[in-house]
Amino acid sequence: MRLLLLCALPLVTALLAGILPGARSGRVAFTRLALLAGVALAHAALVGSLWVTPAPAILGGWLDADALGLIVLTVVSVLFLATAMYTVGYLQRETPRGGRLFVSAMLIFLGATTVVSLSQHLAMLWVGMEATTFAVAPLIFHRHDRRSLEAVWKYLLISSVGIALALLGTFFLVSAQPEGLGRPLMLPDLLAHAEALHPAWLRAAFLFLLVGFGTKMGLAPMHTWKPDTYGEAPSLVSGLMAGALTSCAFLCVARITQVVMAAGLGSFAQPVLIGFGLLSLSVAAVFVIGQSDVKRLLAYSSVEHMGLLVLGLGLGGVGAYGSMLHVLNNGLAKGWMFLVVGNVVLATGSSAAAVNRGLLRTLPVSGTLLVLGLFAVTGSPPFGLFLSEFTILRAAVAGGHIWIAAIMLLLLAVIFVGMAVLILEMALGSPEPGTVPVREGGWLVVGPIALAAIVLMLGVYIPGPLNDALTRAAVALGGRAP
Amino acid sequence: MSSPQGAPALVLLLVMLLDFAVLGTTRLSTCIRAVALQGLLLGALPLLLASTLSAHVVVLALGTVAVKAIALPWLLRWAIREASVRREVEPLVGFIASLLLGAVAVALAFAVADRLPLPELRTELLVPVSLATVIIGFIVLITRRKAVTQVVGYLMLENGIYLFGLTQAESVPFLLELGVLLDVFVGVFIMGIVVFHINREFDSLDSARLTELSD
Repeated sequence: MRLLLLCALPLVTALLAGILPGARSGRVAFTRLALLAGVALAHAALVGSLWVTPAPAILGGWLDADALGLIVLTVVSVLFLATAMYTVGYLQRETPRGGRLFVSAMLIFLGATTVVSLSQHLAMLWVGMEATTFAVAPLIFHRHDRRSLEAVWKYLLISSVGIALALLGTFFLVSAQPEGLGRPLMLPDLLAHAEALHPAWLRAAFLFLLVGFGTKMGLAPMHTWKPDTYGEAPSLVSGLMAGALTSCAFLCVARITQVVMAAGLGSFAQPVLIGFGLLSLSVAAVFVIGQSDVKRLLAYSSVEHMGLLVLGLGLGGVGAYGSMLHVLNNGLAKGWMFLVVGNVVLATGSSAAAVNRGLLRTLPVSGTLLVLGLFAVTGSPPFGLFLSEFTILRAAVAGGHIWIAAIMLLLLAVIFVGMAVLILEMALGSPEPGTVPVREGGWLVVGPIALAAIVLMLGVYIPGPLNDALTRAAVALGGRAP
Repeated sequence: MSSPQGAPALVLLLVMLLDFAVLGTTRLSTCIRAVALQGLLLGALPLLLASTLSAHVVVLALGTVAVKAIALPWLLRWAIREASVRREVEPLVGFIASLLLGAVAVALAFAVADRLPLPELRTELLVPVSLATVIIGFIVLITRRKAVTQVVGYLMLENGIYLFGLTQAESVPFLLELGVLLDVFVGVFIMGIVVFHINREFDSLDSARLTELSD
């Protein structure tokens, strides 16, 4: 029942937010913002209750919160709550057309990502991913200018080709299933009869699903939409995409990896995953150097972290555990960074480094969070990302892939330098003469502070239930706990 | 491979010929007519392949024809008129080279399909023609400059996926209907083209000009 409510609540309220009357004088209706915040809170509370008492599978097993799904759902829910709080502050400052479509699209996005997280049926998983693509399009196009139009066109064209390839992969998976052995495309049935799946079709399905959903993740070389989209979308939307949408796309890749591992085709799938992982890290390292815009910088950082996620999956062993932990860390850290950058853009109207100097003085809270975030997303201790990246590195060493470990370390170091140059320049530098500190509204900083606190906590302490879930997820992916 | 027989095989061969018609034509209107005709043939296939005519199959056929052969081509023509797009195709890769690429795609599709085992089908042409259409759609998508031709390429890619779905239509219900969801994208794209036009700053629908965002 709770699972159904989790999916239905955002979708129904999206409809409601669409028909609520707008307020006069172009301001966003208070009721609409209250609805957004209320749904985000209720969603987070329901997800929290799933950690305390598990809910049974419903709709004939189509919806179920297994360990993998629950971890991704938690990222989505926590990030959405932080972003919803931020949106309350944001839409009061910047509201083309009253925010009606904006709030509705955000709620549909929440509903679609929830469906993806809970889905045990691979066709429904695909439908959910397609819905997320549609839901974010109007959010990216929020400013309705030429640059955001270009960004949304690129995003839609590239991701719909990805979605189409993923559908073909799903069809291949149907062909891999022998007739009469379990229900078609149901994950538990696929896993139960994995040995009987036809290997040739399963390989083809894996490749198409990896490339298709990899496009939605933004793995190199299918990442080309990412810098443009994250650069042009409102920062909070970029945060939702980099934190929640990519985590859902990774979940899709993890699902097919689960099936491939259970079918004993690990030796086929793992090198492919490692290849995509290292390529994404390399592309990120090349493009991070010399960036002049912090949002585009974070987009390449997202390509890097997507690479780390599939790298961990491909290395197996403790790498699978590291990847699942990294989903949590990366999702929350990306949300934190993009929300902070959103404050910078609200204050100065630009995310270019050249016009943002001395942020520690002009925006004390956001500037501090930006610098801390630099260390968090580049995987420095004591933040959670250090722990998860270290676990992935351990998997490489334990698996005897010393070269992979060395390349990974080298690329991470290059990315650290590239990011540090730009962000420290923005934070330290001297502000334009005459600029005074800007007052940062409470709504605009509470979200990123909360996310930062969680990422910090995950670096020093992983709660027992979370550790259990991560272990179960790692085992499902053919790995183990460290 | 046994010799393909009967009406389904003929229809599939026509589908593949239409792939080449799109690759070889210099005129946008011919492209649109070709995908419309392809949509019509795709609508006929479920009827020809079904062992028994059920209401489901008839609705699927009618729906496919309505969307792929009528609605989307009509929208494309509307977009061309509305946005006053020039009528030539403007390829990035020449027509002869495109046709050669298409021939390679067909050879590849047959070679791959031969290795992939499938349960007994009405016609063995289904899988190779499906794969060839996917690949040729992809070629059109990446080698043509205009947004409208890219949409045509995407539509062909989708048609290929639909054909593959036909192999499983009897064992898994509602699989093909997922493909129709993809058509929503096409509709959105066509709307997008018109929005481009309304956004007067774009004086041409050449997507190669969408290059303001780059590194």
